[in-house]
Amino acid sequence: MIPTNYFIVLSAVLFGLGVIAFVFKRNIITIFMSIELMLNAVNLAFVAFSQALGKLDGQVFVLFVIVVAAAEATVGLGIIILISRNRRSLNVERVDLLKF
Amino acid sequence: MSPQLAIFFILAALSVLGAVSLIFQKHPIHSALSLIVVMVSLAGLYLLLGAEFVAAVQIIVYGGAIMVLFVFVIMLLNAGAEEHTNISKIAGIAGIPLTVALAGFIAAAIARSNESVQTAAQNGAVASTKAISNLLFKEFVYPFELTSFLILVAILGAIVLAQRENE
Repeated sequence: MIPTNYFIVLSAVLFGLGVIAFVFKRNIITIFMSIELMLNAVNLAFVAFSQALGKLDGQVFVLFVIVVAAAEATVGLGIIILISRNRRSLNVERVDLLKF
Repeated sequence: MSPQLAIFFILAALSVLGAVSLIFQKHPIHSALSLIVVMVSLAGLYLLLGAEFVAAVQIIVYGGAIMVLFVFVIMLLNAGAEEHTNISKIAGIAGIPLTVALAGFIAAAIARSNESVQTAAQNGAVASTKAISNLLFKEFVYPFELTSFLILVAILGAIVLAQRENE
């Protein structure tokens, strides 16, 4: 029997690594991938709690999260294509039109 | 150490290694491949938890569809290695202590609980797919229909964003 703590700790570690990647990476595609990593970490916590509580609602939520992630990836990658077409670069430092 | 715990630690180490590799790889295509390692090992963890439907969806949708989309866009845009820019001072001074504090708070909250989960091998590996579909199409049918609308809007948005303006 595996303690629920282990799954939650792993989920927190993966989420933290996703946050670190989000902050430190400069390529816009990699930043987008770190968002997917954070969503995956949350999914793991959902499934672990669903098993710990003996209810399947958590797994249904995971399905919704996956659908939303797919929709988000579609629109986000469209925006990335648009940015690279207009700016000729994928570096987020170059996209600073709204920067004060 | 029970076999389930050994499998858990192998898969957990694999997923953490993949996530660390995502951070340290310079080329986006290498980061994408590391992310696939994370997703496949998470699918293994879902199987260990007895959530076989979620594991299958994880492989098909995340490992298949979304990551193929990512790799496709990376190759379409011909993305090269990351340019090195120096990190801002505020991020260096305030960011690292705040990250440590966040990790400490989460660890303190988790350390207080001591529940255990049944792995698939212990609860007889009941096929939960039927129960999930009952829940999805009875109790959650309204949000389920809304997600189909969300996907339609996402498709339209992607087409509108990515098309060339030709006047």
